[in-house]
Amino acid sequence: MSPGTTGTTGTTGTTGTTGTTGATGLTLPDGLVAIVKRDCPTCTLVAPVLGELARSGVALTVYSQDDPTFPEGLDARDDTTLDVSFALDLETVPTLLRVRGGEIVDRTEGWKRDQWEAFTGRDGLGAGLPEYRPGCGSRTHDPDIVARRTAAACAAALQSRRVPLGDQEDDIEAAYERGWTDGLPVVPPTPERVARMLTGTTRDPGEVVAVVPPDLVPLTVEKVAVNATLAGCRPEYLPVVLAAVEAACTDEFNIHGLLATTYFSGPIVIVNGPVVSQIGMNAEINLFGQGNRANATIGRALQLVVRNVGGGRPGGVDRATLGNPGKYTFCFAEREHDSPWEPLHVERGEAEGTSAVTLFAGEGPRGVVDQLSREAESLAQTLAACILPVPHPKLAMAFDAMLVVSPEHGRVFREAGWSKARLRDELHARLQLDGDDLVRGAGGIAEGLPEAFGGMTIPKLRDGGLLIVHAGGGAGLFSAIIGSWVTGPGGSEPVTRTIGT
Amino acid sequence: MTRELIDPTGEHQPAGRERAARPTSLDGATVGLLDISKARGDVFLDRVAERITERGLRVERFTKPTFTKVAPIDLRHEIATKCDVVIEALAD
Repeated sequence: MSPGTTGTTGTTGTTGTTGTTGATGLTLPDGLVAIVKRDCPTCTLVAPVLGELARSGVALTVYSQDDPTFPEGLDARDDTTLDVSFALDLETVPTLLRVRGGEIVDRTEGWKRDQWEAFTGRDGLGAGLPEYRPGCGSRTHDPDIVARRTAAACAAALQSRRVPLGDQEDDIEAAYERGWTDGLPVVPPTPERVARMLTGTTRDPGEVVAVVPPDLVPLTVEKVAVNATLAGCRPEYLPVVLAAVEAACTDEFNIHGLLATTYFSGPIVIVNGPVVSQIGMNAEINLFGQGNRANATIGRALQLVVRNVGGGRPGGVDRATLGNPGKYTFCFAEREHDSPWEPLHVERGEAEGTSAVTLFAGEGPRGVVDQLSREAESLAQTLAACILPVPHPKLAMAFDAMLVVSPEHGRVFREAGWSKARLRDELHARLQLDGDDLVRGAGGIAEGLPEAFGGMTIPKLRDGGLLIVHAGGGAGLFSAIIGSWVTGPGGSEPVTRTIGT
Repeated sequence: MTRELIDPTGEHQPAGRERAARPTSLDGATVGLLDISKARGDVFLDRVAERITERGLRVERFTKPTFTKVAPIDLRHEIATKCDVVIEALAD
């Protein structure tokens, strides 16, 4: 059907002309315009009336929202895309419009005989029909359709460059070929997926979150969403990823140096607060291991941001001699509900009840076995002995440690009434080292502290150099120690950031 | 329909910069020696300084505050202003 015809069988003299309907930006033919859907009893009811009008020669154009063969014989225009209905901001079907000179001059909804008669200038319409029937909701108010439409509009508004794929190009292979992956397959970042990811935050897609080293590129919320998509995140993880990226890109955390180092370490994300259960993170069995989508993809998203936006790649600025598997992703939650202590983020100044990420520059976890200590003193002695080798028994003060205490070890300290501060003090007291044992050459080992430290008592860890969290499965008298990269202002400081929306 | 993916990269094109002209000779040049603060980097640079001074060249010594971070912009500017060439020691 060509524009401007009416679908009637009447004389051509009644065929409307086409104009642009001012406010909608839509081109509607002059005459009567009806919008209907088959899945509406009132529309079915008025279908014979529309046929009656068409046969009488009235200029009539019908749009069908769900089935262009309805009403039969009227050659309805196909509005299953709902473009016309959205442009008309339609609430109800049937809606009958009167269009003159391209402008909508009158409008009625549902079936009201007197109004339809006034519209059409014809008496006795719809003989045998009731006087009045309300219409049905327009399909433009179907929640699924609204969500899809919003996503499509959001996808169209994305500012990032679009990368067209060849007809025969596999999308996952395309991501590999363009260097976007960490070695594992990524979720192809289609406009629709990225738009859906952005529904996870209230922040403006164009807002700059951080400047990402090593290339010092301004990072927008949208770019974080693209990389979160690649990583396999769900939209509700996005605020956690945003907070992690912000924390990582601070001068204190120093992700540039952490990336560039020859050392093993990478960024570790510890999540606290209500968000942990809201997004289903794992703080319990096998929390450092595989199997939980949020743990796996949040840490991965951070690393993909550094790789793709910052330009930091292994063999490029990343000069790690050996690296560690946690550089794919290393993210876990603290087990707060039965912890003997205040959670990490509260200890670091966040309000109780808030959610936060803490970034720690660390290597892989090393296991601590102590299945016999039932006294806090004995267990503290074990933990101190196991912290000593971080990263070498003869080095001190330059590396922090994170102690991850499992529930069964935590129980020993709870029953002894040890606070977290008490445990830290007890460990600190057990980690005062004799400088004579640490200097270069002592113990037949060239590595060690300079001679000047001989004769001194040297603490293993600097003040504030021991983070303690409670996590893990309920069974197992084990804990874990995660050694850090170079600490302090000359290296990396742990950084905590509130998770927003 | 053309399939499209959204570019996850920084879409960052570094500004093209000409490399400074290479000196054809070191005669009369001031040589900057930058210690990045890695252990024993100074040992290496002390020896390099000796050898350069023996050749009658002027040496300027600089030190980064920490090897873990890029050199501060003021330090980079000072080196560029004072020196004709630079040797940076990455040692361990």
